This record gives sequence, structure tokens and C-alpha cells, in this order.
Amino acid sequence: MTLIKGGGKVNNINIEKQSNKGSKKIGYYILEIFLIIWAVIQLYPLFWLFLFSVKDNNEIFGGNIIGFPHIWRWSNYAVAFSSGNVGKYFLNSVIVTGLTIAISSILIAASAYAIVRMKWKYSKLVLTIFLMGLMVPIHATLLPLFMILQRLGLLNSYAALIIPYVAFAIPMGIFILTGYLNTIPIELEESAFLDGCSIYKSFYYIIIPLIMPALATIAIFTYLSAWNELMFANTFVNDDAIKTLTVGIMSLAGEYQTDWGPIGAGLVIATVPTVIIYIIFSEQVQKSLVVGAVKG
Amino acid sequence: MEKILRDKKAIFLFVFPAFFVFVVIVLLPIVVSIYYSLLDWDGISKGIFIGLKNYKDLFIRNTDGFILAVRNSFILALLSVFIQLPISLFLALVLSREVKGEKFYRTVYFIPVILSTVVIGQLWMKIYNPDYGLLNFLLTKIGLQSLTNQWLGNPKTALMAVFVPIVWQYIGYHMLLMYTSAKSIPTDIYEAAKIDGATESQIAFKITIPLMKPMLKVCVTFAVIGSFKTFDLIYVLTNGGPLHASEVPSTLMYNMIFFRYRYGYGSAMAVFIVAEALIGTLIIQKLFANDDAN
Repeated sequence: MTLIKGGGKVNNINIEKQSNKGSKKIGYYILEIFLIIWAVIQLYPLFWLFLFSVKDNNEIFGGNIIGFPHIWRWSNYAVAFSSGNVGKYFLNSVIVTGLTIAISSILIAASAYAIVRMKWKYSKLVLTIFLMGLMVPIHATLLPLFMILQRLGLLNSYAALIIPYVAFAIPMGIFILTGYLNTIPIELEESAFLDGCSIYKSFYYIIIPLIMPALATIAIFTYLSAWNELMFANTFVNDDAIKTLTVGIMSLAGEYQTDWGPIGAGLVIATVPTVIIYIIFSEQVQKSLVVGAVKG
Repeated sequence: MEKILRDKKAIFLFVFPAFFVFVVIVLLPIVVSIYYSLLDWDGISKGIFIGLKNYKDLFIRNTDGFILAVRNSFILALLSVFIQLPISLFLALVLSREVKGEKFYRTVYFIPVILSTVVIGQLWMKIYNPDYGLLNFLLTKIGLQSLTNQWLGNPKTALMAVFVPIVWQYIGYHMLLMYTSAKSIPTDIYEAAKIDGATESQIAFKITIPLMKPMLKVCVTFAVIGSFKTFDLIYVLTNGGPLHASEVPSTLMYNMIFFRYRYGYGSAMAVFIVAEALIGTLIIQKLFANDDAN
């Protein structure tokens, strides 16, 4: 009885499928067109940015707002680099972001290792305290940090950005890495200890290589937040020699308010490293931002 | 081996540096902010303890537009939940069902997420430029010249004009979260549903979306909390202007502290943002939990 019923069902579907095929195909094309339009919406502003970065004002104000430039003015990039200081801002961003990633990786790796592997009374409590940091909005720390940095005479230095960036990278990093460490079997370390290996050596030679994938995820996450950060960078640094790209671009835009080309060039320069990283590691970048979200 | 893993000195060396930096830079300032919020203080002279007066000024007979700023951030939260998230969900559902070019679309939709908000802000400033901007240009081209506008300069349109890029930028982020969640559903459930004659939309509403609920909770939380905390794009585009039309709590807080030197009052706003974010998270958790119980 049931068998017959089931068989009937299957037949019905087959018939339905055939009659639906035409409309289904049309639906599929509509969907595909929608996906393409949406891709254009996401990409076109960036393409437009690139176009106006190689035009001069005469051309833009003369009516060629969206078209290809008549003359490709790569010199806008030279202007942004030389008189717009973009080269210096870029270097500052590289220094700040690079040091932030390096320092935070070491701190995160060491503390996550001790929390997961080593045996001490307060490991759970310390982990909980670290994870509380995931909830803290930077707004609430802005003024107290400003006062601390001022008192230490650290305003307008790389440290004024690196220290907060490192601190705010720690909770997410520890969250990701403790999860990862728990999946690594302990046998390798055990046999190393039996062979007389010290805890420091085991950490350096065994653990670090094993956790590299997780550290890469964390590094991408840290890169994006440090490279793009605005509130701290805008508050703790106003010396042109230390400014990072985000803030530098803002002052560039203020300076060249009416000169679109160099601003556009500055924006493109600020974006290129991120886009390159994204093109090379797109899966990894997407993964690191998803991992960050699934915190419980 | 036990001895090695209980080595107190090693534990201290491993944990202390991170813990110290974290506590001093992330946790302690919260406490300090709460303390500041109880002071009448300009940052130069000594602060005077005034209890909860700053908080009273925020909510009772408020004159500096704080209530309006909070209202604006709520509007953004609503837009995020009811416009941004549905678009993300639709894209995620479509992409998770093996469309041609799935990976390409996913990669492209995600691009705005990774860009600096300053870049996005400056770019949209140019899009909104009244004389040579993309938006007015396109409106003129399609014969809707009457709709052209000083988008960011007009108090009537400024708020929506700053919200559009905020919503636009993170559609890809939520899409990716939802996509990941939809992809983790075993495909044999879909196959079974298909054999039973379910249509794609039935599958989406009856199977995929209910199973995605934990991730949808994360997305709603992020969208709402993100809206409460929003700062960067508004700061770049309008800095809360014109005439406070696009003000949100964080821009008001920033200006209060760093331009009007009302440190205590500004800190009360900062504490409010933190409290609002925490309460918002709890309420959303509760709403989703109730829903589960039914």
C-alpha cells in the first residue's frame, strides 16, 4: 500500500517537473540577471573611483563624469604620493599594521597556549576575562585611553596606535586560537617532553608550526581592523609624520577638496593592498571574518 | 610531564604580557569611563563629582539632540534588520543552492566589507556630490532632474544618504555569514524535500531558514549592535550634520569630548552606548529564545 503510494508520488513529480521546466528556466534567468546586476552595484562604485582617479577636473566638470578618461592622467598618482603625502601615510599604515600583527600574534599564541595546555587554577577564569573583551565597543575606551596615552607622552607616536590595536586584537585572537588548539592532539608534545624538551622549546618548535593556519586567520582579521581603523587613529595622532592612511586620506581630501584626481588616486592607493590580499586569499579572508562571528 | 605543564614561571611568562595589555587597555577604561561620566569636567581643571546629573541631562529636558541621535541609530537598526538582512538572506539562499558562478558572486559581494570606511565614505561623498556626482548625473540622464538634490547638504535627505552606504557596505558580510550557515545544512535534507515535491521557495522557508536560526540570531545581533555603535561612515560623510540631521550617539559623543571638552557628559554618552549594546544583545537573545520555546 505504502509502496504504491510512494510510487504514485514520484510519478506525479515527474509530470510536474516537465510542465514546470519552462517557467523554471525563465525564473533561473531572472535570478541570474539579478545576481549580475547586484555584482555591478557592488563593483561599479569602485570602478568609478578608479576612473576619476585618472581624470583631471576639466574633464569631470566638463561633463565626462562616468565615461573613460580622454587622457589617462597617471600623474594624479604622482601628485597624491608627493604633495599629498600618501607615500608617507602608506608607510605608516604598513608599520603600524605590521607591528600590530607581529606583536599580537606572539601575545595571543603564548597566552592561548598556556590557557589550553598548561595546568593552573585560574585558566578558565582568565579565558573568560579575555572573552569579555569581545563585547567591548571601542567608544567606551576612547577618552580614558586618550588620557593614559597623554600622560605617558605617547600621543602622536606609533605606539599610540599599536598598543590599542594589539590590545583589541587579543580577545578575538584568543577566541579563535583556543578553539583551534583544542583540536590539536597533545601526543606530539608529550613525547617531546619525555625526550627532555622544555616547555619553551615545545612551544616554539612544535606548537607554533602547528597553529600557523589559525594565526593566519587571526592575522587577516587583525590586518583588516588595524588597516581600516579610524576612531583611534583620528584621535591619538594628528602629526602628519605618524598619520596612517585612513586619517591621512581624510586630510588629503580636505586639502584637495575640489581636486578629484589626486583624492581618487589616494583612495585607490589605500585600497590596493587590501584588494590584492583579498584576491590572493579570498577564501581565507572570508573564513576569518566568519570565524570571528561565530563566537557562541 | 605534569611538572612541566604546571611550571608557574612559564605560565606567568606566557599569559601575563597579553593579560596585562588587555586589562589596562580594554577593560580598565570601561570602569574609568563610568567614573568620568559622574564628573563635571573639562579635562583641564579638576573634575567635580556630580553623581548622575550627566545622565539626567541626557534624557530629561535634553537640549543637544541626544534623543534625536538615539532615535537615528534606532532607525538605522530597523533599516539594517528589515532591509539589509533580507537582501543578504536572499543572496545567501540563492548562492547556497549551487548557482553557476557561486564563488565569483560570493567573492564580489563581499568586497565592500573589507574596504576602509574612509575610502567608502570619500567615494560616496563623490557619488552624492551635487554638481558632478554620480547620483545626480544619472538622475539627470534618465530625465528625473527634479529629483536631484544636495544629498548630504540637505537636512531632509542627509540621514538617509549616510545610511545607504552603511547598509550597502555590510550586505556582503551578512550574506557570507548566512551563506556559511546555509551551506552547513546536509544536502540530503534538500534531496528528500525535493523528492516530496517541495518547491525552492518552500525549501527555503520551511527548511533552510529555520535551520539557519542560530546564525540569523548572530546577524540580527550584529546588525542592531553595529547600528547603535555606528561612527566611521557618518563621521566621514557629514560628521552628524547638517544641523544635527544625521547625528548618532557616537558622533555626538566624539564632538562633545574632543571639540566641546565636556569630558564627563561625553563619557556618559559613551557609557550609554555600551549599556545600550549590552541590553540590545540580551533582548535579541531573549526574543530568539522565546521563539524557540514556541
